[in-house]
Amino acid sequence: MKKRLTLSQKRMINGYLFILPWLIGFIFFYIRSILLTTQFSFSRLSVETVGGYTLDHVGLQNYVYAFREHGTFKQILTSSIFNMVLDVPLIIFFSLFMAILLNREFKGRTLVRAIFFLPVIMNSSAIATALRLSEQFVAGGISAGSSQMSTETVSSTVNVSYYIDLFGQLALPNRVLDYIVAAVSRINSIITASGVQIVIFLAALQSIPSSMYEVAKIEGATAYETFWKVTFPMVMPHIITNVVYTVIDKFAESDVVTLAYNTAFTDFNYGLSSVFSLVSTAVTCLILILAVGFLQKRTFYYN
Amino acid sequence: MDTGKSVGIKNRIRTITENPKIVNSTRGMKADFKKLLIKVFSFVVIVGICYVILSPIIGMIVSSFMSDSDRYNPMVYMIPTSPTLEKYKISWARMNYLPTMGRNLLYSITLMLIQIFICSMVGYGFARFRFPLRRLLFACVVVMIVIPDHTIMLPLYMTFKNFDPLGLVSLFAGKPLVLMGTPIPMYIMTIFGCGVRSGLYIYIFNQFFRNLPKEIEEAALVDGAGIWYTYFRIMLVNAIPAVVTVAVFSMVWQYNDTFYAKLFLISENIVISKKITTLQSVIANVDKILDTSIQELYLSAGVVLIMLPIIIIYVALQKYFIEGVERSGIVG
Repeated sequence: MKKRLTLSQKRMINGYLFILPWLIGFIFFYIRSILLTTQFSFSRLSVETVGGYTLDHVGLQNYVYAFREHGTFKQILTSSIFNMVLDVPLIIFFSLFMAILLNREFKGRTLVRAIFFLPVIMNSSAIATALRLSEQFVAGGISAGSSQMSTETVSSTVNVSYYIDLFGQLALPNRVLDYIVAAVSRINSIITASGVQIVIFLAALQSIPSSMYEVAKIEGATAYETFWKVTFPMVMPHIITNVVYTVIDKFAESDVVTLAYNTAFTDFNYGLSSVFSLVSTAVTCLILILAVGFLQKRTFYYN
Repeated sequence: MDTGKSVGIKNRIRTITENPKIVNSTRGMKADFKKLLIKVFSFVVIVGICYVILSPIIGMIVSSFMSDSDRYNPMVYMIPTSPTLEKYKISWARMNYLPTMGRNLLYSITLMLIQIFICSMVGYGFARFRFPLRRLLFACVVVMIVIPDHTIMLPLYMTFKNFDPLGLVSLFAGKPLVLMGTPIPMYIMTIFGCGVRSGLYIYIFNQFFRNLPKEIEEAALVDGAGIWYTYFRIMLVNAIPAVVTVAVFSMVWQYNDTFYAKLFLISENIVISKKITTLQSVIANVDKILDTSIQELYLSAGVVLIMLPIIIIYVALQKYFIEGVERSGIVG
């Protein structure tokens, strides 16, 4: 006779049934794939004509090659990481700033929000390339294109070098100036990369209870103090979310990914490509852990 | 001395408070001016940034209407002097627009429906059932969001090149299937909850179901509905906002996806965004237009054509995109 299951056991089984499709997929496509990628990175992989592939174990050879001999890997990796580390704080501050600006009531707020979110919708790489091409059209056709090439700036609709000269006379430390210049010339990519972040910050700002602002006002806090004592601590948890999102997003479109893809499907060096993928993923995870750990200690959780 | 001073101040305070006009005019003007300044400042910043976002799109639309002579005329700014639809005509024909777009929409919409079905189910499972390893498995969903696709691309490529799960296919058909060049790998991955950004959708659904009151299900249970009936007829209907959010995101991201389309070598007759990468060379070879800057005009006409469905969806359902991000678990 069949033994009757208790209600909680039944629910347990049903729970597993609900997540079953994903569980199979996760084991088959993710866990297995990560293990295989690791295995590939220690082997020389040759694809056979009949189908299938053979693996020759070569030990650390691929890693040694990637770090000792490969022409561009180290540069591309470091520049990708550097770009990421440079961009993340800029994007976070920019999107927080924009969220605060957009949080006040004004006409056409929905429209502006929609425009800010537009880059998220148009994130296809093919469209992005075409969009970049068309930036010069705005500035007045092909004749304007040549004059802009000489300024060597990313955002071609603004003459950045004039402003750089202007700042140069302020006698700022060179490093600070370099950072500002880099930030300004990246304004385009920062704006397009911060759509989701702005929306997240906006939602966070709206979830702050208005009684807190009332208290601050009654106690006589200035706008500046209110920002640092009320607004900032309350959006802090969302800063972590946004940092994670930004790092992943930036990494997915970095040059390392392109390099790994090309090594695999243009040069057919699968082992080396696996090394690139694994190393860059590991580095990103390390950055994520460090950043989240660093922020979490300083985060205030309201609930 | 001291008392005299304080009396003087008191007198001044009295005159100010008794005379509301003075208070309003001096302090009020300052505050008004400050407010106006902030308003102007934020207006300028917002308009400027909107311009940075919109200018490439405007530029593309403008240039897609330009004629060849406009392209070389330095006087032409924003408004072409002799607008033409010729660029659209040729791009339309070279991309085989309507059939390709139809196939692409069919592909994206079917995948979207599968995504909604599978991800809502998994999200519901995580939200409402207690089972061993639940927290660990849910952490795996987060891992899935975090891990970049290219880490697993090679094994996926190898797997679908010779599709032979557990040796079953070769047992029945004699040899492993070659699924490259077809959209089948994408369907298989989506069915098993690992499609384009499935982890995110599972997360969104999980968060949404967790916030629904438990009483709904309890009532259904008391009325004698089974768990699956409850899920399909009651919970999924209640989750319409989350469903719409996932639908629009999955639709648009699937449409935009070139990574998996490239990895699985899905034919460009199904994925129209792949066509745009070859459009320029097709125009050069077929129409013998060898001037690259003229080719770019055709390219921008093609991009406008490709963006059209997304723009229409976005304008129509703009609310759901933004609310989706707000409401989705990313926030709370």
